[in-house]
Amino acid sequence: MSRNPLSLPQVRGFLKTERKDNWWIVPLLVLAGLGAFLIYSTWAAFQGSNFFVGSVEQPGVQQLLSPFYSPVLWDPNGIHSGHAWFGALPAWWPAWMFFSPALLILPFPAGFRFTCYYYRGAYYKAFWGDPASCTVGEPAFRGQNYRGEQKFPLIFQNIHRYFLYAAIVFIGLLTWDGLVSFTHYNADGTLGFGISIGTIVLVLNPIFLSMYTFGCHCLRHLVGGKHDCLSCSKHREGAYKRVTWLNERHMLFAWISLFGVAFADIYVRMCASGAWTDWRIL
Amino acid sequence: MTFEPSVTSSADATRTMQFRIWRGDQSGGAFQTYPMQVSEGMVVLDCVHRIQAELATDLAVRWNCKAGKCGSCSAEINGQPKLMCMTRMDTLPPDAPVTIEPLRSFPSIRDLVTDVSWNFRVKKKIKPFKPRKPDNADGSWTMFQADVDRVQEFRKCIECFLCQDVCHVLRDHHKHDEFVGPRFLMYTAALEMHPLDTEDRLKDLKDNDGIGYCNITKCCTKVCPEHIGITDNAIIPMKERVVDEFYDPITRLFRMFKPKK
Repeated sequence: MSRNPLSLPQVRGFLKTERKDNWWIVPLLVLAGLGAFLIYSTWAAFQGSNFFVGSVEQPGVQQLLSPFYSPVLWDPNGIHSGHAWFGALPAWWPAWMFFSPALLILPFPAGFRFTCYYYRGAYYKAFWGDPASCTVGEPAFRGQNYRGEQKFPLIFQNIHRYFLYAAIVFIGLLTWDGLVSFTHYNADGTLGFGISIGTIVLVLNPIFLSMYTFGCHCLRHLVGGKHDCLSCSKHREGAYKRVTWLNERHMLFAWISLFGVAFADIYVRMCASGAWTDWRIL
Repeated sequence: MTFEPSVTSSADATRTMQFRIWRGDQSGGAFQTYPMQVSEGMVVLDCVHRIQAELATDLAVRWNCKAGKCGSCSAEINGQPKLMCMTRMDTLPPDAPVTIEPLRSFPSIRDLVTDVSWNFRVKKKIKPFKPRKPDNADGSWTMFQADVDRVQEFRKCIECFLCQDVCHVLRDHHKHDEFVGPRFLMYTAALEMHPLDTEDRLKDLKDNDGIGYCNITKCCTKVCPEHIGITDNAIIPMKERVVDEFYDPITRLFRMFKPKK
């Protein structure tokens, strides 16, 4: 589009601003929070062990599976979790190639968060300083070279809705894991009912994730936002209102669910390693 | 340069504050400091007017309604885009000088006045409202409140251009030639979401208006004096409609089998 050129004042230098409030706190907290999650989740995904408790070999212990490892497509060599869909690691898997069940499935929830509208705004500020905060100067090299999400590579953020579809499937899978956590194996190999602290953790996890996932901007668009006539369908209008309610709290649930899923993994990992005991309530 | 206040005391004076006001024009400028006594209930615009009356009679400032409805007195107060008439002095740190600058995304005319006419030129290029044929024999249409709620939120805009000022795409990257800014993405959203409108502006949003340049910092939403959810309710829904139209292969496939309106 051709418009009259403007002569504008000099752009401020990187991180320079006339703001007098503590504008740097929020991006710093985001940097610390997301950075800690990234480091921990990557470490946990590469462990390939201590991701479950309560198998046939552990009677009386509630069955807990780490959300970072769910679903388990194949068990790593030497491990029998009881959660693997297709059993042991197949022979065609190259012996030299490292295997962890988490690495096969984590790209989907990770992609959902990476392309999430809330997280995009947050990490563009905290990690890339684009800008670090409102009215705070940007790195000089970016200048008019800024491409935003208009061009490659960030134009691929538009894939978000496909990660949403995957995230909804994962809500179902993690809800199933929450239900399974109410069970344990008895000494005779039969299944028994029980509730432990781990059960509560694994039940809360999909609830928090649902509050985040079902408040997604894409979902808000898909259930009704894309239509000019919301009142043409009562179901559409109702769904749009409910998703909007969650969407208005999207940032809150993004953080609650992020810490929730990380804590669920930490809890299962600590119980599996023997550092913590999963206390039975019932 | 520092000035001395001509009035040193008054019955309702509570404290003296320092005001750093940007003075200059297109060729450049600098901050000048003015001391001024601040009374209870004053807003920044009151102080600027008093400085203009007593210390700097040639100070240029644009204002009109003093009620937060005309959008004329937009400025940057302590680095944050705000309406001067709606910024109470008791919300600012009392011990630090108050910094007042013009909008930084538009060319300076003089002192606190900027040339915002670029915005009006942009607005003229957006395809206007094009209603469908009337629903009723008397030439009227039937609409339901649920369908116009979204649009009515955007109609609260007073065109103060604080959102345009704070948007880093314009402010820091100077993409005025490729990006219309949050105000006009929202204006387009109001037209696109209107239940009677039949015009299609999605290609313009993608190619001419540069909606992809928005990287969702939400700064526009934060500074809006009318508290409009610019990012969540206007820009992101438009981004999603653009995805439907141009980027999502499945919706494009579905559209092939859907009858045209």
